[in-house]
Amino acid sequence: MARRKINWYKYTSPASFYPLAGKLIPFFAVLSAVLLAAGLYVGFFVAPTDFQQGDAYRIIYIHVPAAWMAMFLYVLMAVYAGLGLAFNARLWSMMASAIAPTGAMFAFISLWTGALWGKPMWGTWWVWDARLTSTLILFFLYLGFLSLQAVIEDARRADRAGALLALVGGINVPIIYFSVQWWNTLHQGASLRLGRTPSIAPVMLTALLIMIAAIWMYSITVTLMRVRSIILERERHAPWVAELLGEAK
Amino acid sequence: MNWVEFFNMGGYAFYVWGSFGVALFLMGAEILLLRRRRKRALLRQARQAPKMNVLKENETTT
Repeated sequence: MARRKINWYKYTSPASFYPLAGKLIPFFAVLSAVLLAAGLYVGFFVAPTDFQQGDAYRIIYIHVPAAWMAMFLYVLMAVYAGLGLAFNARLWSMMASAIAPTGAMFAFISLWTGALWGKPMWGTWWVWDARLTSTLILFFLYLGFLSLQAVIEDARRADRAGALLALVGGINVPIIYFSVQWWNTLHQGASLRLGRTPSIAPVMLTALLIMIAAIWMYSITVTLMRVRSIILERERHAPWVAELLGEAK
Repeated sequence: MNWVEFFNMGGYAFYVWGSFGVALFLMGAEILLLRRRRKRALLRQARQAPKMNVLKENETTT
């Protein structure tokens, strides 16, 4: 196959991104399934029991990846929404809308698994502590973005309103991240931090990193799946959609 | 490895499986819902442009 110069700008239009996303989905889906299986295997069968927390510590393998993903996805969503707003680019706004439900789901999972971890370790499901409260706010920001988009009928107006909410709410992300340093909280400090030696054993770290990679790949897979449906729904009157589906059938 | 012991999770079975169970269930459900959404979008498209898709299919089946 001859090497071609890829015109990246081309992929900012829904018509050309739709087939590209379709080609990428199987790749990321397989990768996420393999990594998820590997991460669960290492996390449950290779990593030893923790000497302080017993087997309850294994919740870390879903709790930390979900919590990180909820934060990363929020930043990504805000960036896409902001770009869509600034450059009046439909595809980028669609990407923001495609990310939001998955981000909300991971915010919920991080709260849920956190409660199930907190009960046996701290003796309580919930405390109004800085880390927990700011994560709850993150979940509500996602819900706010989703309901705002759901109630505004005109897609582009919904994009603009959602973008404003996402950008303003962005202030919450550094608050979550640094909450364990800024305030004296019940939540433990970060297990992993850039430029520091991790505070957990190497096997446990391996399992955690594999799970983080798996959740990343999963998020890319579902975001691409969702953005394709959003493109189909929004661009259904565009000639390229009719043409494409006519050929595909 | 003893499976009963494994599922018992050192007495933390409810918390550990409650965490992973719900997380994996939600992820699986998300995939299923996305597939359904795609099917719906395609069906709607097919209805909207009968000349493009539906008619062709009917012609070949009759």
